[in-house]
Amino acid sequence: MQPIPIIGAYLSAANAPGGVMLPEFYNQLGAMHGTIMVFMGVVPLAVGGFGNFVMPLQIGAPDMAFPRINMASYWAYFVGGVVMLASFFLPGGAANSGWTSYVPLAVTATVGQTWWLLGMVLLITSSLLGSLNFIVTIFQLRAPGLTFMRLPIFVWLQLVTAYLLLLAFPPLEAAAVLQLMDRVAGTSFFLPSGLVVSGQILGNSGGGNPLLWQHLFWFLAHPEVYVLILPAMGIVAEVLANNIRKPLWGYKPVVYSAIFLGFMSFVVWAHHMFLTGMGTTMSAFFQTTTMIISIPSVVILTSLFLSLWGASIRFTTPMLFALAFLPMFGIGGLTGLPLGLAPTDIHLHDTYYVIGHFHYVVAPGTLFALFAGIYYWFPKATGRYMNELLGKIHFWGSFVCINIVFFPMFIQGLAGMNRRLYDGGIQYAHAQTAAKWNMPMGHAAFALWAFQLFFIFNFFWSIKKGRRSPSNAWDATTLEWAAAPSPPPHGNFPEPPVVYREAYEYSVPGHPRDFTPQNEPETKRDK
Amino acid sequence: MIQRLLGLPIVASEHGPQLDFYTALVHLLMLALFLGWGAYFVFALHRFSAKRHPRADYYGTKSKFGKQSEIVVGIIEVLFLVGFAFPAWAIRVNAFPPESEATVVRVIGEQFAWNVHYPGADGKFGRTDIKLVDANNPLGLDRRDPDAKDDITTINQLSLPIDKPVIVHLSSKDVIHSFGLPYFRVKQDAIPGMTIPVWFKPTMLTPEGESWEIACSQLCGLGHYRMRGFITIMTPDKFAGWLKEQAAAQ
Repeated sequence: MQPIPIIGAYLSAANAPGGVMLPEFYNQLGAMHGTIMVFMGVVPLAVGGFGNFVMPLQIGAPDMAFPRINMASYWAYFVGGVVMLASFFLPGGAANSGWTSYVPLAVTATVGQTWWLLGMVLLITSSLLGSLNFIVTIFQLRAPGLTFMRLPIFVWLQLVTAYLLLLAFPPLEAAAVLQLMDRVAGTSFFLPSGLVVSGQILGNSGGGNPLLWQHLFWFLAHPEVYVLILPAMGIVAEVLANNIRKPLWGYKPVVYSAIFLGFMSFVVWAHHMFLTGMGTTMSAFFQTTTMIISIPSVVILTSLFLSLWGASIRFTTPMLFALAFLPMFGIGGLTGLPLGLAPTDIHLHDTYYVIGHFHYVVAPGTLFALFAGIYYWFPKATGRYMNELLGKIHFWGSFVCINIVFFPMFIQGLAGMNRRLYDGGIQYAHAQTAAKWNMPMGHAAFALWAFQLFFIFNFFWSIKKGRRSPSNAWDATTLEWAAAPSPPPHGNFPEPPVVYREAYEYSVPGHPRDFTPQNEPETKRDK
Repeated sequence: MIQRLLGLPIVASEHGPQLDFYTALVHLLMLALFLGWGAYFVFALHRFSAKRHPRADYYGTKSKFGKQSEIVVGIIEVLFLVGFAFPAWAIRVNAFPPESEATVVRVIGEQFAWNVHYPGADGKFGRTDIKLVDANNPLGLDRRDPDAKDDITTINQLSLPIDKPVIVHLSSKDVIHSFGLPYFRVKQDAIPGMTIPVWFKPTMLTPEGESWEIACSQLCGLGHYRMRGFITIMTPDKFAGWLKEQAAAQ
């Protein structure tokens, strides 16, 4: 074992004596990476951030329906986040049983797991409060004339996402409380009789079932995948429509697919559990639903691809990120196929193939979409553009590096290299060749980090020094651009907007400009 | 050939090549879809850039290609499910050979080792009791039980004869582990409180000087990475000799 270069020197002796990481610390980082990225990173940014800022603007609302609930949601998130991060400083460190917290491992783990459960209860509460607010706002506060079929895709996908949060999170909240009881109150909801841990008979065990936890966990965690991806698709749809200068192809199929996707996402969860001893009926059901759920995703992706036909594409920085989302999310989706068929899942289950698969969905997929969203709506929030040159350096650097980080994971997974191994699996004979990829992957990860500096600098520099933008910075049709100043004042709109047309009326024949905002009154030309 | 292309490890079980074949087919479909849409994507970006196509077409494509390709993908998925996934899974979890014609073993995971339990000459597993578990008896085997007299236990060594089906009754003493045999395309979670059977048929001898592995495939604690056992496939004669050796060592 060698010390970690550069960073190793800054890690504490309890976690990495002499800069060499201990397995205990590795497991903490693994568990907390997943937790932080999903529950404290992507969900708060995609839903809490973009949803809260953009959605009311796009529907012509002065604010969210319940500002106090919104505030409660924020503070629950804040306290939950503090609890999660503070847990690193507990004796034994943070939670170390994976973001999935499978029992009995999690019940017998160090005290960090208790804090993880408390943190999760707070984060889930935050999402629940937020989701209620989103649903009510979208139903109640749309501008006059803004019918459902005139909503921007982003709003639709936030609506579906809010339902997923509302319906999927309560089971996990209950499960987290049950696991907490198993840990601190001596119950055994998830513990069977007769456990012997480290040679000691576990006193409080009896009568429970470890699989119950997995069912409850994945009942949340699969819809959660769509919570991570739907807002991202929404951002991509907005940025794409604006930069192709034509209406999105297949607006209605996209909307119906998203609703269908929402429903289906509640009946695929056990495809994470094919190897828990599942019989033929149940595996057939979950394989079938898994194949079915791929269809609406394919419809959405196809519609976005076909939207490019006949376009007049502007390659702005947000557009580059949005365009890259399409093939990257495509790889993420396609590699779900061999994992969704139970027999081919046997070899790939719990290998790097899985890591590669879902990272393609959420890293060059969702994260790229979030970058697209930041570059795109930055002028709305600040009245200034971000720098295009720095943006393009950030894009190309990230695009190349992120593929070098994640693509080799498919090769490693096919070779049979398991995930979550402290030494990367280097002891195993079957991993000898594929493990060589770790070096370029590691270097690319550092380079990927370095390219984010361009973004961070650009972000803060542009707030003060960026080129000033008009209120409609991208010649866009949707209300946040067409009717609100940049940055929007308290109450968002100087006067309540009225909507006369669909969301993406770009390059309408007979109109002098290549965009017709939603709030532009109808003229004779429209008849 | 398929193995080479996909970089899959050695395959040493009867059902392995079929799974590999379908893994390859699925990847072929994935590749075709990716290259097809990729080619379209690159062309569209080139052809419809603002420079080459300054005025966008409001109506876009009228082609039915999108719908057709979706239908084709749907049909292929149905074929995969019905033609491969359902029957192949049924064979794995239902079509167990009779125990009389198979090598039957118990494998019990614990942090961080694999305990292997052979029934011995009588073919019957002896009683186990968690109260008897100690450092020298990790399974808690009750040696006073007549069925247990000839039982053989090993740690991290699973030896098996070639060309005879194997039934492994899998469980765990503490947390969830996963019994992964990368060379045999076998993987099954070992869950405390449950005994889950898994079967396969080894078709290749482990070469002299090589050690094939049991890789724990489910995070089971800080020693998960070193929860590594060995599986050795022998000729029936050699296996009988090995059992005798082990019996003497109990």
